[in-house]
Amino acid sequence: MNALVLLFAAAGAYGTALMFGTLGEILTEKSGNMNLGVEGIMYMGGIFGLLAPNIYETAVGAGNANHFVAILLAMLSAFAIGGLAGALFSFITVTMRANQNVTGLAMTTFGTGVAKFAGELRRLKVGGYVTLSNDLKFAFDNHFMPQFLKDIPVIGKIFFDQNEFFYMGIILAILMHLFLTKTKTGLYLRAVGESPVTADAAGINITRYKYVATIIGGGISALGGMVYTMTTAGCVWIEASISGTGWLAVALVIFCTWRPLNSIWSSILFGGLMIMYLRIIVPFFPMELYKILPYVVTIVVLVITSMRNIKDKQPPASLGLNYFREDR
Amino acid sequence: MKEVKTPLIRLAKRADIDKRKAWAIRIGSILVALILGMIPILMAGENPFVSYMIIIQGSLGKAGYIRQTVKRAIPLLGVALAIAPCFKMRFWNIGAEGQITMGAIFASFIAIKLGPSGLPLVVMAILMCIAGALGGAFWGFVPGFFKARYNTNETLFTLMMNYIAIGIVRYLQGGPWEGRPGTQIIPMFTSNARLPNVLGVYCGWIIVLVMVVIVHIYMNYTKQGFEVAVIGDSENTARYAGMNVGWIMMRTMLFSGAICGVVGWMLVSGANGTLNSDVAGGVGFTAITVAWLSQLNSFAMIAIAMLLAIIGKGSATLQTRLNIPASVADIISGTLLFCMLACEFFINYKLIFRHKKEAEV
Amino acid sequence: MHNAIELKNIVKRFGKVVANDGINLEINYGEILCLLGENGSGKTTLMNMLSGIYQPDEGEILKKGEQISIRSPRDAYSYGIGMIHQHYHLVDVFTAAQNIILGLEKEKMDIAAVNDKVLEICNKYGFDIDPKKKVYDMSVSQKQTIEIVKQLYRGAEILILDEPTAVLTPQETDKLFKVLRNMKKDGKAIILITHKLAEVMDVSDKVAILRKGKYVGTVNTNETNPQGLTDMMVGHAVSLNIDRPVYENPTDKLVVKDLTVIDSDGIARLDHVTFTAKTGEILGVAGIAGSGQKELLESITGLQHVSEGTIQFINPDGKGIELVGKTPIQISKIGVGMGFVPEDRLGMGLVGSMGMTYNMMLRSWKNGKGIFFKKKEPEEQANKVWKNLEVVTPSIDFPVRKMSGGNIQKVLVGREIASRPPVLLTAYAVRGLDINTSYAIYNLLTREKMNGSAVMYVGEELDVLLELCDRILVLCGGKVSGIVDARNTTKEEIGFMMTTVGGLKGGNS
Repeated sequence: MNALVLLFAAAGAYGTALMFGTLGEILTEKSGNMNLGVEGIMYMGGIFGLLAPNIYETAVGAGNANHFVAILLAMLSAFAIGGLAGALFSFITVTMRANQNVTGLAMTTFGTGVAKFAGELRRLKVGGYVTLSNDLKFAFDNHFMPQFLKDIPVIGKIFFDQNEFFYMGIILAILMHLFLTKTKTGLYLRAVGESPVTADAAGINITRYKYVATIIGGGISALGGMVYTMTTAGCVWIEASISGTGWLAVALVIFCTWRPLNSIWSSILFGGLMIMYLRIIVPFFPMELYKILPYVVTIVVLVITSMRNIKDKQPPASLGLNYFREDR
Repeated sequence: MKEVKTPLIRLAKRADIDKRKAWAIRIGSILVALILGMIPILMAGENPFVSYMIIIQGSLGKAGYIRQTVKRAIPLLGVALAIAPCFKMRFWNIGAEGQITMGAIFASFIAIKLGPSGLPLVVMAILMCIAGALGGAFWGFVPGFFKARYNTNETLFTLMMNYIAIGIVRYLQGGPWEGRPGTQIIPMFTSNARLPNVLGVYCGWIIVLVMVVIVHIYMNYTKQGFEVAVIGDSENTARYAGMNVGWIMMRTMLFSGAICGVVGWMLVSGANGTLNSDVAGGVGFTAITVAWLSQLNSFAMIAIAMLLAIIGKGSATLQTRLNIPASVADIISGTLLFCMLACEFFINYKLIFRHKKEAEV
Repeated sequence: MHNAIELKNIVKRFGKVVANDGINLEINYGEILCLLGENGSGKTTLMNMLSGIYQPDEGEILKKGEQISIRSPRDAYSYGIGMIHQHYHLVDVFTAAQNIILGLEKEKMDIAAVNDKVLEICNKYGFDIDPKKKVYDMSVSQKQTIEIVKQLYRGAEILILDEPTAVLTPQETDKLFKVLRNMKKDGKAIILITHKLAEVMDVSDKVAILRKGKYVGTVNTNETNPQGLTDMMVGHAVSLNIDRPVYENPTDKLVVKDLTVIDSDGIARLDHVTFTAKTGEILGVAGIAGSGQKELLESITGLQHVSEGTIQFINPDGKGIELVGKTPIQISKIGVGMGFVPEDRLGMGLVGSMGMTYNMMLRSWKNGKGIFFKKKEPEEQANKVWKNLEVVTPSIDFPVRKMSGGNIQKVLVGREIASRPPVLLTAYAVRGLDINTSYAIYNLLTREKMNGSAVMYVGEELDVLLELCDRILVLCGGKVSGIVDARNTTKEEIGFMMTTVGGLKGGNS
């Protein structure tokens, strides 16, 4: 029992990165754009989220950096690069009408390349690991909730012994839920993803909605990459360590049935699966096989969701399809 | 009030385009991508023209370099051939990585278990090739089956299968097949399990060139290839024509996986001489770029695979000579793909600009 | 006083095809104008330019005498133009009210207020819908109602309806026309696209006629009659005069008993359908769109899962072969030859990205031993179809997707007839074709019939059914409403059977 609590408490950290990645992709997919480039976007978010505070800290000198400014810079920088990636994706698929699947895959190649390139350039420049001072590291993984809350049995550890991004993620999920269900813009966005012909006939600017949703979605996904580097990876850039997170985020979107609120618990669950081998030792079971568990679970989930065919748990009806007005 | 009559730019579908013109546009887009690829080099503070020269020298400058470049191109070409039928069918198989790895595992099993018995090279090669094909086919079949049966999302399924295959190699590396305890390394295969060199490169290049012809014939002249093409256009039409769509999907994935598995065999038996978890090393993804840039044309794949191998090998040289990170190769190939995707737009549509006179109304 | 809308010399081209060639049109407020023309005469294209889907290549659009440019549906709204398309533009997972406010800029997300306003509009004009109901739970006529209310909600004063009655029962049509008259009284300008003359006479004030993309003229409804309109529509009065020879000694070819198809929603698409198709006979199938025609043909060809019933194919020796439960491949393997021209040409009958040769091969790709397909025969066949049916295409390798609709249909029909199948099934074989081509197709079908084929002709134009077919099977809501001798029946009788099971004999069910 105790091991489970510790597992889920730790899962929150890794899960937060997934949560942002998933939320971003949910928003993108609601517009009917299927951006398979989340992997590349999270990679870029990971390095650009680190570069901004790293450069800032180098500029002002270690120890002089303002925590708030550092965090803000990290978020803005990651969001900006993700937004750019979303804009590029939209340009190629919406304006140039290219196939979304292949464009997403190209984004993955491109994004990982850009991230590795940027990380390596910086490493050469600073002559060692790209990282932050311990002071800032603490700021990025600040479990700021009061002690008495953390002391509540079971839920204290899981829900209150977490860093700031965990709560931001939850707030974002709730906001996105409200946006999609309660606002007019949210309604329009869903219409674009469900039936672009309808939305177009209603005078909704499909192109604009797709662009904006994909750009913001890309930005949010990139925040996930930043969260990963700054918390799970301990503010150090290690090229390969983020690998696979973006793809899991894409899979989680299906698992969440395109509902932002579901991303909260499902990303913690998957976060738990990813680190379970560290926390719950199964004797005589090879570690390396244990590590593939989350991927096996993902496949099982994919298969089960595809076997059950429930009407209101379907993807946006036009997901992955480009819309050409004159083609109808 | 003066109203504008028509929008400034309108789109019109091209009825038909000259094939040569279409390829000219495509080659033009490759040039644009190479120009855009100069941006990261400039950001690294180096001269892009010098850098491109180094890329070419480093990949084609000496016979030895050319051999290494060809060595890189072999699996790229092989896997691009493998995924071409899948993509033609609009089955988004991004699991080539796993299918290569699984083929490599099966082939390695033969090498490790039968190699020491001293079987002749030819027998070993045939056995390993078959084993590799079986391994890859099996790994491709599983997602194909679920796609055909339940319409399970194949993109994510095939992707997850990659991680699982690589996890299995890691386990074998550190467990049953480990050489010296603690090394996490599988020993080199015995010489009868190693592919010989022809013209200084392991003979895999001959095999892939043969495969180019086979896949070209398969895609363009066989009943099965025709079925694949029809399904890619419209599954309903395929059903109407009496095709068993589900089975064809599974069969194509078996075929595609088998080729990937053969590539896996060539990698362990030819390029590396043993199995490690990095055996596929991203080839499965880069090959998608190759396949798409070549418009799924088998012969064009030879050139594109070489192009990407040149960029890849050359970038490695670039890193050692100028300290420009080798990942610039990923950026350039990503850009290539972006440009190629975007340029199809100009092949399919033409822009009609409003006449100037009208604009001034 | 200016007209509500005036179109001057509108030209629209798609590639080399001129869809609209110098069209003029005028409509006033408080007026119902019918836009009359055959399939493919350019009615919808013209109206799509008013609703901002297309832009004209030449010509002017004037509203109240001022030139306007409609570049998007949004522009159309701002000019008070609302179009109700043939295919409804509704989001299935949204409620009626959510659909209605889609795209409204100034509207607040206050669903309760929207619901009230919708009900108000409904009361004013006599509609009947529940704003809180989800679209996927609605009937076709309810969906149409939402579309109309949607336009009124945003204050449209010029309404365009594209063949609104094609999917309605007569009762629903009457209801719709009542509403249209209410709107006319309220000062709206209404354009009705149709090719049904009775409706034109019933509801319109003026009729504008298009023929093959050209403008023929506008007449006042009370100064014309159906014959006069037909003359304008087809150019000269045609009694169809389709050749209908009699085949001696027809025998049973297809015996269908109690055929029932239940779809995934549990609705019976076909309900105990029983009939026999004979050799040397064209069996017409009439019915309102969506009465089970598609399911019927697809059941026979093995493409549709059948819940109940039998379909026997009778061999020349008199023995029957059961087709239910067999796939298309199995059916062709046991030697049952079947030609099938489906309704959805590119989505089902043809491969759009391939040329004629490979499309011919869709029927023969499996022929011959070995793994290679034989290209020679389909190539010859493609050349034959190209020449005999006068298909307009640069070459037999030109992708069929890029051909015009009529040519696409010729490729499809040409292929299906080429194999001389004992059973030939066609769905809307002449839809979108010009008159000459239509006659060519009628003759081809009749030739097949005289060769002893059992031909089934699913059609929408009753005149054609009456003159082409030997017998007519009328479907109504998935049930067989009756089977009549085409030589001894009237249009009225069939029309009534289409809407009432059993027709005159069945009474009012």
